[in-house]
Amino acid sequence: MTTLIVDYGRGNIQSVCRAIEQCGGEFILSSNPADLEKADRVILPGVGAFGDCANQLDQMDFIPAITDFVQSGKPFLGICVGMQILHTASEEFGDHQGLGYLPGKVRAIPNTDSGGKPHKIPHIGWASLEKPKGKGENYWDGTIMENVPDKAAVYFVHSFTAHPDNPEHRLADAYYNGRLIAAAVIHNNITGVQFHPEKSGTIGLRVISSFLKQEPHNV
Amino acid sequence: MSNIRLIARLDIKAPNLIKGIHLEGLRVIGDPNEYALKYYEAGADELVYMDIVASLYERNSLIDVVERTTQNIFIPITVGGGVRKLDDVKELLRAGADKIAINTAAISRPEFITEVARTFGSQCMVLSIEAQRNPSGVGWEAYTDNGREHTGRDVVEWAKQGVELGVGEILVTSVDHEGTRKGFDIDLVKQISEAVSVPVIASGGMGTMNHLTDLVDGARPNAIAMADILHYDRMTLEDIREEALKAGVPVRERVFDNTDR
Repeated sequence: MTTLIVDYGRGNIQSVCRAIEQCGGEFILSSNPADLEKADRVILPGVGAFGDCANQLDQMDFIPAITDFVQSGKPFLGICVGMQILHTASEEFGDHQGLGYLPGKVRAIPNTDSGGKPHKIPHIGWASLEKPKGKGENYWDGTIMENVPDKAAVYFVHSFTAHPDNPEHRLADAYYNGRLIAAAVIHNNITGVQFHPEKSGTIGLRVISSFLKQEPHNV
Repeated sequence: MSNIRLIARLDIKAPNLIKGIHLEGLRVIGDPNEYALKYYEAGADELVYMDIVASLYERNSLIDVVERTTQNIFIPITVGGGVRKLDDVKELLRAGADKIAINTAAISRPEFITEVARTFGSQCMVLSIEAQRNPSGVGWEAYTDNGREHTGRDVVEWAKQGVELGVGEILVTSVDHEGTRKGFDIDLVKQISEAVSVPVIASGGMGTMNHLTDLVDGARPNAIAMADILHYDRMTLEDIREEALKAGVPVRERVFDNTDR
């Protein structure tokens, strides 16, 4: 079972590779869009600016291959900017189009806390994951979050956060000084995490292990 | 409140982990990989690696150490020391670093900050500032080369300029307090933190738990780097985290359950 990591020159790919190895998984790194159709799962990392990542994916002609892959129902995981890019658009440095698999926009985290006091941007650090309000105890069953204990913290580094239009697409939430962060999103076989599972210690490795066990979604 | 990060700082003179006082009088502590793994397992939120001789001898000996360490450590790692060119940054990131701390090269050519931020993202551009209080007692001057070389720059102004140029985070080391175990330079951290919009890591001087709580009360840093107290086993990270929580300092609570390895 091969996991393909999209190597488009963006993102801390080495760390993702090492984390997969640690979880006993096999991976290939590929900068060739044609490889995606042979893969059982795909990870799209991403660090830096949304527009830059989107342009780079476009220039390397990855977008049609990624769209075909997600339509196949096989497990797909976006990390950090690779998660944001699953949404419709971003307001980072002007408007940029995303891949549009999840309706919603990516916007700057407010530069004040929920009480109106200035706080630091980027948000760098560990924040606890929780199930979105109104979701039951078993909401994470069968997802990449299934082995994450409630309130466990993971590592974030970002200045922007996704706002999925459909609340059903929210898989996990987190808060930065009272500001809501979309920590994980899900839509059928597509999952995205704003945090870095490859940098979140044993909890992060559990998320990656669970992803490696994901089965194709019935299309 | 967001969690304050507890960072283990490892000063490296490859291949060894070393420790000095006021960044000088270096003593060999041991193998950095062993210590890094120990701190990872003890729940460090992050690691900082500083090659403290690279800047003097114009070489970059950290890469091997970073490459070995990051094989089995899954938390963020900031690496600094002797980073002069974009290629140095690229190499360290490829070796497994997440963020790069830059001091001397930024002082001599501030545009370098912008180049790093544009090429690799602000999130990996950490401005490392070595601060010494002015003899007058008012304000601090930024230094390079482990607190030996004057730069003539006011620390707070330099921090602000750095952020304008694209710095995503600031690591401030008090040379006066470093390795002394007499507590942090709270005023220094407070003034920088109030002057900039990006997170600030305070480094230098932690000897007891009270030093940490005083720093948090007085300056509210976003992260605290510690070395001596950990290397010499004066306190473990588990104890520090537990004590911090008891004292009401917001730090990450480690959540375990019966499936944890």
